[in-house]
Amino acid sequence: MNSMVFDNVRLLDPSAGLDQPGSLLVQDGVIAGIGKPGGEGVPEGAQVLDGRGAVLCPGLVDMRVEIGEPGFEYRETIASAARAASAGGITTLAALPTCKPAIDNPALVRMMRVRGEETGAVTILPYGALTKGCEGKELAEIGMLHEAGAVAFTDGNRAVDPARLMRLALSYASGFGAMVIQHPEEPSLAGSGCATSGAMATRLGLAGIPTAAEAIMIARDIRLAELTGGRLHFAHVSTAEGIELIRQAKARGLRVTCDTAPPYFDLNENAIGDFRTYAKFSPPLRSEDDRLAVCAALADGTIDAIASDHLPRDADDKRLPFAQAATGGTGMVTLLGVTLARVHDATLDLSRAIGLLTHRPAALLGAAAGTLAQGAAADLCLFAPEQSWLVRAGELPGRAQNTPFDRRPLEGRVLGTWKAGRRVYEAGNA
Amino acid sequence: MASALLRHNRHLLGLEGMTPDQIEPLLDLAESYALLNRSRKVPRDVLRGRTLINLFFEDSTRTRTSFELAGKRLGADVINMSVAQSSVNKGETLLDTAATLNAMRTDLLVVRHSQSGAPALLARKVEACVVNAGDGMHEHPTQALLDALTIRRHLGTLGGLSVAICGDVAHSRVARSNIHLLTTMGSNVRLVGPPTLVPGALGRLGAEIFHSMEEGLRGVDVVMMLRLQRERMSSGLVPSAREYFRFFGLDRRRLELARPNALVMHPGPMNRGVEIESSVADSTQSVIQEQVEMGVAVRMAVLDRLTRGRHSA
Repeated sequence: MNSMVFDNVRLLDPSAGLDQPGSLLVQDGVIAGIGKPGGEGVPEGAQVLDGRGAVLCPGLVDMRVEIGEPGFEYRETIASAARAASAGGITTLAALPTCKPAIDNPALVRMMRVRGEETGAVTILPYGALTKGCEGKELAEIGMLHEAGAVAFTDGNRAVDPARLMRLALSYASGFGAMVIQHPEEPSLAGSGCATSGAMATRLGLAGIPTAAEAIMIARDIRLAELTGGRLHFAHVSTAEGIELIRQAKARGLRVTCDTAPPYFDLNENAIGDFRTYAKFSPPLRSEDDRLAVCAALADGTIDAIASDHLPRDADDKRLPFAQAATGGTGMVTLLGVTLARVHDATLDLSRAIGLLTHRPAALLGAAAGTLAQGAAADLCLFAPEQSWLVRAGELPGRAQNTPFDRRPLEGRVLGTWKAGRRVYEAGNA
Repeated sequence: MASALLRHNRHLLGLEGMTPDQIEPLLDLAESYALLNRSRKVPRDVLRGRTLINLFFEDSTRTRTSFELAGKRLGADVINMSVAQSSVNKGETLLDTAATLNAMRTDLLVVRHSQSGAPALLARKVEACVVNAGDGMHEHPTQALLDALTIRRHLGTLGGLSVAICGDVAHSRVARSNIHLLTTMGSNVRLVGPPTLVPGALGRLGAEIFHSMEEGLRGVDVVMMLRLQRERMSSGLVPSAREYFRFFGLDRRRLELARPNALVMHPGPMNRGVEIESSVADSTQSVIQEQVEMGVAVRMAVLDRLTRGRHSA
């Protein structure tokens, strides 16, 4: 039997309310139990790793990642995405279906799962296309995709637009107990806008997208979820107004959930000053008031999960006039560090922050992940919450380097990542 | 209910509101016509001198032929009028048509129309007895009566049964008439299909809703399949025919979840490989051909009953 002990660690498992110094025993890739620090009851021949007081938590579960493969391998491959995930402490990720071809048939769903297994480093949970080709016209074969292992249904960063289509999607998916994920932006209001309407967009002369575009879509879809009884999730919410609508819907007992991503609680629209295309996102970065509303919603539980919203882009996709540049940023490597910035400034406590990165997204996806429970796969992340490092675009693990956090000092560093007990990442010396 | 009774005595517009006392004798009469049909000893004078007009605003070969045969077997003069939908200017023309038919002194008017309520509108304006041969998504009473007769012949009763109606219930007049009839007779009706075709609101008709065939078919006495119209796919209610068959098609495996020897029914025309597997449609449990046979008998009974006691016009 292959045994390993993580000794002298701070065990943190928000799913079980666990936060205590101790040790963790792993046998044959499975968590065998937790113990006191000092290696009491360590099996003979077990490999012992001294954590030196670092935090050991479940491997992170990232519920929104676009991988370039298949179709955009020049941006990122599954292998390079797995390297980025491991460096970020991520052991499970949900992949958007917006590749080429779109994940709209059962064979592709199975392929994505298998390709994840082949990396040995990360479990890929594929999202199924909500509509054929993610083109927003006809429903995809949601039942067959669900059966093949698609964890939820979305058209990625294309909002499901006609209200009738969204109604059908929520209704049809509900028959299979499947969740629909919406990109909350009313497309006709967003138009060709590329920045949030406001002082910054006005000064730069960029076409604006009003924050109402998010609120209107969220209000509409909450109403449709109510009408159909469907399971609805909003991705990367970013405005005070939109979040308030979700807060109210939850208070009414509706099964509506949402996530957000680090750019929306760490950056505001000032980041696009000087036409910085690396800070161009969809939805666009918002005002400081909206950023603070996102922080508050993370703290009060309105937001159910933090996802990296990792979107690999090539330099050529970004070195364009702002309006023409591609949206999105890489985010897996910096996911934990930027989230911990909200712990260091006391917005969140550590346990809540890690919960938003582990068991809470796992629960949304119905994934057996994000826990240190005995018998669970030993998917683990060891990190030093106070250790600082500097984000450097060009030197991040993985192929895609389009981070909005270039030159940002972060406190909180992943020291090691284990997938089913096998080490898949080890931090170099800082 | 007095007005409803009168309505049912003069016209057959729907089954909603009909009582077991009205349904059972009609089925008894149909049963006797079924036997006479088989022995080819139908009295040809029941409707002698009566005029029956098949007024079909919507294409239908099966139902129209069935009514035509029923009328002719009983000795009526049958005339088929197919009105091209495109040339009809809805309401006003429908009433003009009614006036024309009145002038012709028609006794029986069999009406099919794509709009729910069109036969009821005609019934208010014509002297003839109106038989609804299917109106929009509303009712198709003779189909439900023939289904009931077929079930009763096999299972001996219409009470206390569990009947699963599967598929596009939302748009089905066949389903609505069957729900009314079967619940009136004391049977339990389950509606099975994706939420886009079996929305929860249908539960208000007194039926149970299921979105899984495996759950919906468990232990039922009768499995009634509905036709999936191609337009349900083009309008986005169902992603594809193969997905529909995969989850909502009736195959051997699913049929085995029902009671042993459960009846398999279909109002036709079937889409083999979409809502029903060929081997199931052709199996010994299938009574689909018998439904067609009972259709003629039921329509004979309806025509007979409506004209009985009425003087020839």
